[in-house]
Amino acid sequence: MSKGVARSTAEPQGVSRWWLRGHSLLVFVFFYAPIVVLFVFSFNDSNAVGNWKGFTLGWYEAFLDNQNVHESIWISVKVCLFSTVIAVVLGTASALALERFRWWGQKAFDAVLYLPIIIPDVTMAVMMLVFFGETAHLFNVIPGVDLSSGLEKLVLSHVAFNISFVSVVVRARLANLDASMEEAAADLYANRWQAFRRVTLPQIMPGVLGGALLAITISLDDVVVSSFVAAVGATPISVYVFGMLRKGVSPLVNSVSVVMLTASISLVLASLVFSRATGSEREERLKT
Amino acid sequence: MHDTTDGPRPAVELQGVVKRFGDRSGTEVTAVDDLDLTIADGEFFSLLGPSGCGKTTTLRMIAGLELPTAGSIRIHGEEMGLRPPNRRPVNTVFQNYALFPHMTVAKNIGFGLEMRKVPTGDRAELIDWAIQLVEMGALAHRKPGQLSGGQQQRVALARALVNRPEVLLLDEPLGALDLKLRQQMQHELKTLQREVGITFVYVTHDQEEAVTMSDRIGVMHDGRLLQVDTPEAIYERPTTRFVADFIGQSNFLEATVASADEVVLANGQRLRLSSDSPSGEAVAVTVRPERLTVHRRGEAPAGLHHLEGRVEMVTYMGNAIVYGIGIDWMHLDVRCPATLAVERRDVGDEVTVSFEPRHAAVVTG
Amino acid sequence: MSVAAPPDEAQALDGPSELATPGLERQAERAKARQGFLLGLPAILYLLVFFVIPLGVVVAYSFATRTRSGRTELRDWNLNAYARLGDDIVLTVAWRSLWVAALTTVICLLLAYPLAYFISTRSAVTRNLLLVGIMIPFWSNFLIRTYAWRVLLDSDGLVTQMVQATGLGDGRILFTTNAVILGLVYGYLPFMVLPLYAAIERIDWSLVEGARDLYANGWGAFRRVVWPLSKPGVVAGSILVFVPSFGAYVTPAILGGNKEGLLGSYIVLQFLSARNGPVGSAVSVVVLVVMLLGTLLYFRAGGKNL
Repeated sequence: MSKGVARSTAEPQGVSRWWLRGHSLLVFVFFYAPIVVLFVFSFNDSNAVGNWKGFTLGWYEAFLDNQNVHESIWISVKVCLFSTVIAVVLGTASALALERFRWWGQKAFDAVLYLPIIIPDVTMAVMMLVFFGETAHLFNVIPGVDLSSGLEKLVLSHVAFNISFVSVVVRARLANLDASMEEAAADLYANRWQAFRRVTLPQIMPGVLGGALLAITISLDDVVVSSFVAAVGATPISVYVFGMLRKGVSPLVNSVSVVMLTASISLVLASLVFSRATGSEREERLKT
Repeated sequence: MHDTTDGPRPAVELQGVVKRFGDRSGTEVTAVDDLDLTIADGEFFSLLGPSGCGKTTTLRMIAGLELPTAGSIRIHGEEMGLRPPNRRPVNTVFQNYALFPHMTVAKNIGFGLEMRKVPTGDRAELIDWAIQLVEMGALAHRKPGQLSGGQQQRVALARALVNRPEVLLLDEPLGALDLKLRQQMQHELKTLQREVGITFVYVTHDQEEAVTMSDRIGVMHDGRLLQVDTPEAIYERPTTRFVADFIGQSNFLEATVASADEVVLANGQRLRLSSDSPSGEAVAVTVRPERLTVHRRGEAPAGLHHLEGRVEMVTYMGNAIVYGIGIDWMHLDVRCPATLAVERRDVGDEVTVSFEPRHAAVVTG
Repeated sequence: MSVAAPPDEAQALDGPSELATPGLERQAERAKARQGFLLGLPAILYLLVFFVIPLGVVVAYSFATRTRSGRTELRDWNLNAYARLGDDIVLTVAWRSLWVAALTTVICLLLAYPLAYFISTRSAVTRNLLLVGIMIPFWSNFLIRTYAWRVLLDSDGLVTQMVQATGLGDGRILFTTNAVILGLVYGYLPFMVLPLYAAIERIDWSLVEGARDLYANGWGAFRRVVWPLSKPGVVAGSILVFVPSFGAYVTPAILGGNKEGLLGSYIVLQFLSARNGPVGSAVSVVVLVVMLLGTLLYFRAGGKNL
């Protein structure tokens, strides 16, 4: 709680206190139990999923041997990387354009920018499917562009919804930034570009990176849009796993799932460690 | 208001400067209204006024952070026109310092030099000079987040001064500091300015600050420059009611001009005071409370202006006593030293208040 | 002390010296506006081509004609697709989606609020740890997390076994609407916790203390002070849970079986099996409009600060 009153008084007294603690504990158990179960049973030496029959690494071996899974992972990585880079550049530019300038049509653009965030992913999937269905032949006219491979369509779709997420995160960071710092830079003989590169960008970098992380996560997580847009032979891992899941539960799916979970958790922890390193400066600032 | 000082190439010249802000809906605000001002080279000049009077806007226009709607701004004779701030030979110390948090003190200070492509060797020397100037040598490798308010302020100062600007602009830089620190910094700024010899243009709403530090003060109100003069002249000879009221404490007695050297107070009493206003003009006679003396009725010495009234209130202030005197329906505050030598008055006493003609000013507005 | 000056090699400062006039000031402002526009232009164009136009195509499809073979042809504009929306089956599905989403939101609120409150009463260190604890599921792959429940609820799954053991039921929760709600709650709970926490953390606790004095017990203080002040967080969290739940596809697909139980599944069905582009598009449009309206209305009612 803010405003420095003894934190202990914020807690309710008596019975409520224990009820609150118990509830919170249960919620955390609720959060993690399924993940733990998944993790544990990926080592289960059995085709059935519920009963423990012995420890094995067999499913992980199967995962390592599975060519299709590897291809899908590789596709996901490529799509993720390309779409994140593009989304970060466009999202950061649009954040700057909206926060630091005033121009005609700005409000409309701002509104449009919010749509991909609130749109249901089913609607988005439908939109992209229908759009590419109608216009693929137009795009293929451009030399070097071949939408039938699916990779381009995936990247294009992912960028379409990720620009907004990056923009929101960067804008939040920009809004908190003191505009007088950019004035100071100008006062100290920097031109617009130098002021951006030397003063603004370092300041918004945590926001840019946060937006990038968000874009990566959303891209990896995406199932519906990707499955509508992906072509045969170019399915990202999420779509591939989804296909496997529809067929039923299997320990192979478990091991693949655990690998994916571990990857995303590591990503989160890594970014937390990174932001802690840069955030410690912020804490020192607050000391004065 | 026109003002001239002699000497070659004044540091800053503003002529007919206007700034209007308008939004889409059509409402317009005139922040600065036809300002003429000349600031001499090497001067410590303060722009003084209440919030919203246009002083900060004027400063920002000199810096180039705002562009004037109309008018001319010259720095040492060179017209600035529509030049952006990065092409003007001036630097600014911002109110919240605006230090770059991701750079060390040394890098902050060296930023302007870097932008102007000063060779590295010279840069180090200059940064060193600036750091020594503000006595921040030990903290050169800290980041702003690790500094106190006062230290940040010094860094902001050094960062501006290191570029040896033709004019240094300061936008209420001491506002965030506590009283003791502020007074210390006022003294230091004044000394620094003398030492470095650069023209300082200082914006503040604190009249004590302006009076302490400045060579000259320009008092602004509602976008207009009311009076430009030395602190003493502004204090002793204010030309408008606003200036008299804004600086220090003042008494006001409503009056009408009878002739070039006589005014008639609202209660009919005539006083021999000279003024520039035409006959019949409504004016106010203003005298500082400490320039008034209270005597027992009828015992005031001759040769001074006399006002007869009654003590309505006595306030003890430690080093002074303030008497609230009622003169017919008008009111005066008289400030007397609280020494034993001066006789005390009580509420209800009939008294005569006296003052020397030279301590009174006739103001319009 | 030596008085230094920047050497002559430093870049000189000069520039245009036209006098300011109102016209020129406006010109300078317009130049700056143009810069801003150009900066945003790439993103604007991108969204125009790859979002607005696709949306337009979908809207067009909803008025288009479905040929016998299942293709959609952009001619003979009609409202047939929208007429189909009045069908019983569509209404049933829509209604089910609505109350599933609403139920999910309410359950999430009930689960999340005490947790958010609890976290904000902890010390800074504990708080951060707990938040990280919530962030991890939040950032983990959604699909996998939903699958985990599939595993747990399977006929051999742990939860099924537990339910059977305690005699609460036959344990066949999978492939029912309840399973879907469970999956949605599990998936979107962090989306409710985080905004709630942000709002509660911001409350000035001295207000609550004062209220405790006035109302002589914690419950009154909660009702009159904490709850109203936390409303922005409630609104934000509710939107973040309701919107995806309403249009959910993945969760019902994994936990709800192959029924066309919810709107998301229904839309996919139209495109993939029924091959009815216009109807699928019409439902998509309606879902989008409902979400937009709901979001707008709720924002107006519940406060703008997130």
